[in-house]
Amino acid sequence: MSFESQPEPGSSTVSTLVPVPAGPVPIIPEPSPRQKVDITIDGQKLVVPEGTTLLEACRRLGIETPTLCFLENLTPVNVCRICVVEVEGSRVLVPACSRKAEPGMVVRTDSERVRLSRRLVLEFLASSVDVSTAPELKNYMQRYQARPERFGPAAPAAPAGGRDAALPGLHILPEGTMASTVAQPVKIDNELYVRDYSKCILCYKCVEACGVDAQNTFAIAVAGRGFDARISTEYAMPLPESACVYCGNCIGVCPTGALMFRSEYEMRRAGTWDEPKQTRTDTICPYCGVGCTLTLHVQDNTIVKATSPLEQDITRGHLCIKGRFGWQFVQNRGNLEAEEKSGLESNRDD
Amino acid sequence: MDLRLTGAEPTSEEKIAVESVLGPPDSGWVGGTRRSELEGHAAFGGQAARAKRHLLLPVLHAIQSRFGWISSGALSYACQRLDVPPAEAFGVASFYGLFSVTPRPPVVVHVCDDIACLASGAKAMCEKLEQTLGSPGSPGPEGRTTWLRSPCLGLCERAPAALLSAAGKRSYEKVLAPASPETITSCLNETESEPGNLLERLEASLAVPQVGQAELRLLRRIGRVNPESLDDYRAEGGYKMLRRALELGPDRVIREVIDSKLVGRGGAAFPAGKKWAAVAAQTARRPHYLVCNADESEPGTFKDRVVMEGDPFALVEAMTIAGFAAGCERGYLYVRGEYPLATERMARAIERTRERGLLGDNILGHRLSFDIEIRRGAGAYICGEETALFNSIEGFRGEPRNKPPFPTEAGLFGKPTVVNNVETLINVLDILGRGGAAYASTGTSGSTGTKLFCLSGHIARPGVYEVPFGTTLRQLIDLCGGVSGSRGLQAILLGGAAGFFVSPQQLDTPLTFEGTRAIGASLGSGVVMLFDDTVDLKEILLRIAAFFRDESCGQCVPCRVGTVRQEELLHRLADGRPMGSLAKETSLLREIGQAMRDASICGLGQTASSAIESAMAGWERFNERKHP
Repeated sequence: MSFESQPEPGSSTVSTLVPVPAGPVPIIPEPSPRQKVDITIDGQKLVVPEGTTLLEACRRLGIETPTLCFLENLTPVNVCRICVVEVEGSRVLVPACSRKAEPGMVVRTDSERVRLSRRLVLEFLASSVDVSTAPELKNYMQRYQARPERFGPAAPAAPAGGRDAALPGLHILPEGTMASTVAQPVKIDNELYVRDYSKCILCYKCVEACGVDAQNTFAIAVAGRGFDARISTEYAMPLPESACVYCGNCIGVCPTGALMFRSEYEMRRAGTWDEPKQTRTDTICPYCGVGCTLTLHVQDNTIVKATSPLEQDITRGHLCIKGRFGWQFVQNRGNLEAEEKSGLESNRDD
Repeated sequence: MDLRLTGAEPTSEEKIAVESVLGPPDSGWVGGTRRSELEGHAAFGGQAARAKRHLLLPVLHAIQSRFGWISSGALSYACQRLDVPPAEAFGVASFYGLFSVTPRPPVVVHVCDDIACLASGAKAMCEKLEQTLGSPGSPGPEGRTTWLRSPCLGLCERAPAALLSAAGKRSYEKVLAPASPETITSCLNETESEPGNLLERLEASLAVPQVGQAELRLLRRIGRVNPESLDDYRAEGGYKMLRRALELGPDRVIREVIDSKLVGRGGAAFPAGKKWAAVAAQTARRPHYLVCNADESEPGTFKDRVVMEGDPFALVEAMTIAGFAAGCERGYLYVRGEYPLATERMARAIERTRERGLLGDNILGHRLSFDIEIRRGAGAYICGEETALFNSIEGFRGEPRNKPPFPTEAGLFGKPTVVNNVETLINVLDILGRGGAAYASTGTSGSTGTKLFCLSGHIARPGVYEVPFGTTLRQLIDLCGGVSGSRGLQAILLGGAAGFFVSPQQLDTPLTFEGTRAIGASLGSGVVMLFDDTVDLKEILLRIAAFFRDESCGQCVPCRVGTVRQEELLHRLADGRPMGSLAKETSLLREIGQAMRDASICGLGQTASSAIESAMAGWERFNERKHP
C-alpha cells in the first residue's frame, strides 16, 4: 500500500513565527458544503443532505424499517438484508442501512417484493436460529406474517464442538424433511458471560464491537463458510485462553441474546428473570476518571446487569470490564453489615 | 497492534515455511532477535507489518503445502509477522476449501463429483472409492493419504477428473483426467513422483478441437506455439499489439475498446471500455490497479484455464495493454487454486517477460511501468465475484462487498480498479489488431466479436470452441460432433450452475446476449453442457443445489439459509416426500428463489436458484421418466 504524496515540510507558505513540525504535515481537505439530495420514498418527496442513508431518510419520514445487523454505533455491514427496499431502476433490492440517497431516487419500502424478501429473511432466521430471546425479531415476524414452520420441523442440535469442526465445502447430505439449524450446546467457559450460538443470526455486530468499531481486541471473528459460518476465536479456543478482555461490548450489541451476562443466563434458567419488574437507573461508573454513564438493571434490589446508553457521548454504549461487570461489591451487603458490626465491636474493645 | 498470540510456539520447520514467503524477521517485534541498540526502547513494524496483510493468503498456501494443514503454531507465527489478529487469520484459513485447520494427511486427492463429471460416471467412481478407501476424509494407511469430493475442477473436457495435491518439503500437484478408481488409488500409493512430469501437460488438440484452424482469433496460437517460449510468441505476432497501444496512447486504446463494444465475458456483460475509461479518469486517486480474474470456478467452465495453459504470454500482453490504458501501476492475476499448470505457465511467462523488459519499468523504452503479481485462490467459488476477490487478495475472508461503491471507484485496497476476466482481456489483442470498428463487425449488433464456449457432458468432441456471436446452439453442437453415442438429447445447461437449462426445442436460439435473454436464459460464462436421455436430471439439480450450499460465503441471510432450504426442498421432492402438495412445494421453492435473487448481496445468491427454477417446469416429467 502506498501513501498520498506529502508536501516538503517548511517548503510552503508557513510563517516563520510558527514552529514547523519535524514530520510531514498531513493535508486536511477543505470541508465541502453538503449538497441537498431530492428523493421520493413511498410517494413522499423529501430533501436530505448528501450522504444520508435511505434508513435515515425513512426514519425522518416516520417509516419504520426493520433492522437486525444495524446499530448506530457500528459500521453498517448490511448482511441481514431485512432492511431491503426497492429502488426504481435497480435490478435487485438495496439495503436501506447503508445505501446512500442519490438525486432523483424513487424508493418503495412496502412493495410486494420488499415484503416477500423481509418475510423470507425472517423465516430463514427463525427456522434456523432460536429466536426466543430476540423480542424485536419476534415483533417483525408478526408484522410480516412469517411462518418459519413452512420449512419443516427443526433438525436435532449438533453435539458440542460439532459446528466448530465443520469443514468448508465438505458436503453432508441433508435430511430434507427437517430444517437444518445452528442449534448446539451453550458455551460456558468463564464467570462473566455465556455464548449461546444456537441464538446467533451472524449479524457480525460482536465482531465489529470486538474490533475497530469499539474495543480493538480482535478476540473473535467469523470462521468457516456458508451455513457453517460461525463466530469463533482462533481454533475455537475457550475465551479465557483467547485475547478476550471481557469488556462485554459484544453482549451490549447482540440483538438476539446469544451473548448474555452469566447473571441473566442463570436467572433465566432458574425462571427468576423478570424484565417487567426491573428498574433501570443511570449512574456514573465509580472506577476511573472517564465518567462513563452506567445503566444499572435492578431486580429485587439486586443489580442483574449493566449497560450504557447508545446515545451517550462518552461511551456510545460501550464499556470496559470494570463498568460492565465490576459491580459485585455493591451487592455484598451482608458482608458489609457483618464487617461494620465486627468493626464496631472491635472499636468497643479498644 | 497489540496482539495477543495464543497459538503454540512455532517449530523451526513451521518458521521456515512462513519465512519462505516473508523472509527472515527483521526485528524482535516480529519474532526475530531483539537488537537492544536499535530497538531497546522503540517499537517498529506496526504499520509496515500491517501493510503486508495481503501476503496472508500466500503464507497460508506455503504452510498448507508444506504440512498439509495449518497448525496453530504456524498460524500464530504468520500472525506475528503480519500483525494480523489470530482470530481473523483463523477466519481466513477456515474459509477456503483447499486449506485445512485440523490435521489432515499430506497427500489428498480431490475427486470431482460436479455436474459435468457426474454425467461422465463420477458417481460410480466415488462409490467405488468409498468402498476401497473409505469415506471422504478418512485417512489411508499410515495416515499419509486421503480423498475428498470436490466441486468442478475445470477439467470438464476430460471428465471425470481428479486433482492430487501432496504436501511436504517437495510438494507437488498432479492432474488425473480422465480419472478412474484405479488411477486414483495407484496415484495415492506412489511415494513421490519425479518433479517435471508432475503436471499433466496440456494436450492442445484435446482441449481445443479446432486447433490450427485459420479463422480462430482468440485461440489461434494454442497448440501452435510453445507456451513456455516468448520467442515463439513473438514470432506469432506477440507484442505487436503492445507496441501499437504505446503508439496510440491510452485514450485512443480506450476509444478502440469502446468502439469494439467489447463486453465482459465473465457473465455480467459490462462494457469493458467504459470500465477502463472510468478508472483512467480518476487521475487524482493513485495507484490504480488492474485485476485479472482467473478464478474460473463456474461448474463446466474451463476456457480461461486452456488460454492460460496454451497461450500465457497473450494474457500478459493483454494485461499490460489494459494497465497502460487505464493508468494502472500494478496488475494482479488471481488464478484459482485448482489450476496448478495454468499458475505455473503464467508464473513462467511473467518471469520471462520481466527478464526481457516487457514488464517492469520503462517498458519498450516508454514511460510505462507495469508489473504483475500472481495470487492463487484456495478453493472458494465466491472469490470469482470481483469484490470477494479483492478481499481475498487483501488477506481477508472472501466475502463480497456491497456495491456501490463500484471497483472503478473503490476496488482493490480501496483504489480505482479495473477488473476483467481472462477471456475479456485477450480480446483486446484482437481489437487492436483489427481496429475497434472492424472488430464490432463480427457477431451481432448487441454482441460483438467471437466467444469461447466450453462444451462438455454428452458431446462427441468436448473442449473449448471459438465461434462468432450469433452462431445458433444447434450450429455449435453440430460443430462439436453432436450428442455423443446414439442417445437423444434431454437438456442443455447454458451458462453453468448459475445459468439456465434449455430444452432441445430451443436449439435454434442464437448464442448472443440478447438472443439468450429472449428465451429467459443467459450466456453466463459460456458453458454448454449436454445431457442425454440417460441422465437423471434430478441428480444434476441436487448437485447444483449442493454446490451453492457449499460455496455460499455465509455472509448474508438470504443466500446462507436460502441455499440450504432450497437443497432440503429438492431432496424432499427427489425422495418423493413433499410436505403437502407438489404445487405447494414448488411455490415455496419460487419464494426462496425470489428472496435470494432480490435480497442477496452478490451474484452468487442472486443466481443460486436460476438453473434449478428453469428446470422445475419439467420436474414431474423427470419423475415419470423410466431409467434405461
